[in-house]
Amino acid sequence: MAQISFIINGQRKSLDMDPDVRLLWVIRDSLGLTGTKYSCGMSLCGACTVHVDGDPVRSCVTAVSDVDGREVTTIEGLAEQNHPIHQAWIEEEVSQCGYCQPGQIMTAAALLAKNPKPSDKDIDQTMSRALCRCGTYQRIRRAIHRAAGEV
Amino acid sequence: MGTKLTISRGEFLKLSATTGAGLVLGLYLPWKNQLAAQADQTFKPNVWVSIDTSGTVTIVMHRSEFGQKVWTSLPMILAEELEADWSRVQVVQGDLNPVYGGQSTGGSASVRTSYDKLRKAGAAAREMLISAAAQTWNVDRGECRAESGAVIHSPTGRKLGYGELVETAATLPIPEEVPLKDPKDFKIIGKSLKSLDGAAKIDGSVIYGLDFKLPGMLTAAVARCPVFGGTVASYDDSKARTVPGVRHIVPISSGVAVVADDTWSALEGRKALKVTWNEGAHARLSSEDISRTLREAAEKDGRSLRVAGDAEAALAQAETKLEVGYEVPYLDHATMEPMNCTAQVDKSSCEIWVPTQNPAAAHNAAQEITGLPDEAIKVHTLRMGGGFGRRLANDYARDAVEVAQAVTGPVKVLRTRDEDIQHGIYRPASYHHLKGGLDRKGNPLAWIHRASGPANAGFMIGPDSATYGIDLPYTIPNIHTSDITSELPVPAGPWRSVANTQLAFANESFIDELAHAARKDPYEFRRAYIKDHPRLLGVLELAAEKAGWGRRLPKGRYQGIAAHGCFRSYAAIVAEVSVDRRGRVTVHKMVCAVDCGIVINPDGVRSQVEGGITLGLTAALHGAITLEKGRVQQSNFHNYKLLTMRESPVIETYIVPSAQPPTGIGEPPVPPTPPAVTNAIYAATGIRIRRLPIDPKELQKG
Ligand code: FES
Ligand code: FES
Repeated sequence: MAQISFIINGQRKSLDMDPDVRLLWVIRDSLGLTGTKYSCGMSLCGACTVHVDGDPVRSCVTAVSDVDGREVTTIEGLAEQNHPIHQAWIEEEVSQCGYCQPGQIMTAAALLAKNPKPSDKDIDQTMSRALCRCGTYQRIRRAIHRAAGEV
Repeated sequence: MGTKLTISRGEFLKLSATTGAGLVLGLYLPWKNQLAAQADQTFKPNVWVSIDTSGTVTIVMHRSEFGQKVWTSLPMILAEELEADWSRVQVVQGDLNPVYGGQSTGGSASVRTSYDKLRKAGAAAREMLISAAAQTWNVDRGECRAESGAVIHSPTGRKLGYGELVETAATLPIPEEVPLKDPKDFKIIGKSLKSLDGAAKIDGSVIYGLDFKLPGMLTAAVARCPVFGGTVASYDDSKARTVPGVRHIVPISSGVAVVADDTWSALEGRKALKVTWNEGAHARLSSEDISRTLREAAEKDGRSLRVAGDAEAALAQAETKLEVGYEVPYLDHATMEPMNCTAQVDKSSCEIWVPTQNPAAAHNAAQEITGLPDEAIKVHTLRMGGGFGRRLANDYARDAVEVAQAVTGPVKVLRTRDEDIQHGIYRPASYHHLKGGLDRKGNPLAWIHRASGPANAGFMIGPDSATYGIDLPYTIPNIHTSDITSELPVPAGPWRSVANTQLAFANESFIDELAHAARKDPYEFRRAYIKDHPRLLGVLELAAEKAGWGRRLPKGRYQGIAAHGCFRSYAAIVAEVSVDRRGRVTVHKMVCAVDCGIVINPDGVRSQVEGGITLGLTAALHGAITLEKGRVQQSNFHNYKLLTMRESPVIETYIVPSAQPPTGIGEPPVPPTPPAVTNAIYAATGIRIRRLPIDPKELQKG
């Protein structure tokens, strides 16, 4: 057991827990923020992506101790910021089942933060690690361009 | 005269948590037999709509939403006839309840089977609101019309919102006959309206099965025998019990469940559990064995499905003869959300919360396991991260009910990705033996197709779920199609478009082979013999036109075409591909034309086409579940690959304008996808791919 403190979506949390627990399960089970999804558990799909100090991180393979003293943002936190990416996703009607989309959006938002005007190639390169079984890729690409126009 | 609705009101109020006065309609169909049906208790209400005093229209979703956007398209149908103000429409999920009629969501059937019912449901409500307004104003109802959530008295322009009319409307009889709108007056149907749940799907607020939580809920993970049909010989849980958070170890029929306070503890507990398995009879089974079994079965006579003329005799006379085999593997659905289910069971009741396409199947499993009476079992349908047919099965609900029986309070049983892939209900593998003959002029004379698949698939062939199935739309004088099944232990079930994926790959590849053998253009060849199926011809021609079939393409790119009909809808695709020296295939573009009758939401159709083509491409390029020593070899997305954005082509969708009744679009784009690609590969390389997934080794040069 260890004392672990971090900020999540602007709120400070202090937890006394096994430092090895994956951040994903802390976010979902302990903190009740279920927008961050489990799908592969092996850093292969991106469904569990959150931001740690602004960088995209796959929470399914991140030990909670790794975020001690850092700042975590989940899809719920990003949604509160009225990020233009949300509106772009709605305009392009991206989601099908929607399950992968929080991870897609967290990945795309991090891309836009680094590269405000990404090319198709930039988008493909970053987003090809974020899987969607429903076939929303071409809309994701369009939505990122749309959001880029407004960031 | 109409009849008063009696039983639905309380039910509905509970469901929608509507308070205060409201117009609540339970609509019994068919309308004409309403009284008779009530008398013999065989009728079932189909759809429920309520309007509260604020004017909010609540429509119950009696089917499951998992990406097909029925959450929006079905309400659009009802709202159209209701003359609802679309911005005032909300949707609630209907739990399993016989009052809704069938609730299984599959076969691209939601729109097709709900269209008439939902229109009538909306129209009845509209007519009652008009009557209520006429009564309020004391005017002739013929002078009143409904428009965008209000009734207007045409001569005076007076207006009452639906919310203001519900109390009066609720006292009126439900009309037996209702006038339906002329489709040319549709304002909602045919529009690309945004999904009602579009925002909720991207802010983390939609609760999928895996997200569902109850106070005091435990979480369980199950250790399962890696070999199909294997059982637990013994287990040692001494270590597992020491893992913090682990509460119970529960043997169930599918393995041993580790029940814990939270997910992490359950997974750690399962890791620490030692199980010895009785691997059973199939511990040596390999994919080669399965291939051989299916291939050998195809040598024998099967069950004849279509016989026209004398195909063998005609083949003997043919100038050109072709004989080939096609083979496809087992496929997993690999929904992004793995299977899971939450259940709570005590002596007298069982309640299940499950992301399912088929709540009745979960109910049946619960009943079988608990022996409780129907009314003691409640099933709540939760949102799901993909379905594709996997969630028609109830194996994962079974796990949850069995575990819940052994513990106190609610428990969620979840599967990890490896478990989900290795314990699927797979799209069946199949082998197709095709023989064909052409006359001297290159006209097809004979077509013989023997399809060989596993017996447990149960629906390998058949006209019910398929428009063509094994049957083919081409006019050929001598045809013999048949199927034959073999006993195989790999669990098999429906996978987006069911047997059509395998059959269309065989049929649309072989017709292409015949076209090339006849030295004819594959599009023109199809066109010449498809003539008795105008709607299929329509999509074929539209796809060819939009793709610019035969036009000059950028260097190294080639086109392939395929068409298929299923679930009474039609789809044709022109694929544009290139193949590099190392045999790697790039799919640049897929141009798809569909005919699914009247379209409710055109953008929804496009989105389903994109989804179907993506799933079909994944199957063509990557998909295979293989067995070695009775075990599924794939375990996660590194060895069961999904299409990535980089591999994803431009997808264009064209919709044939139609006044035909609406049919589904979830499945029809899938079957023509793999053959369109392999036909294009043939155009590019002269190499015919007869086995999926495409193996770049077959395409390597030099
Ligand atoms: S769940 Fe973390 S990358 Fe897939
Ligand atoms: S929208 Fe369903 S997995 Fe991406």
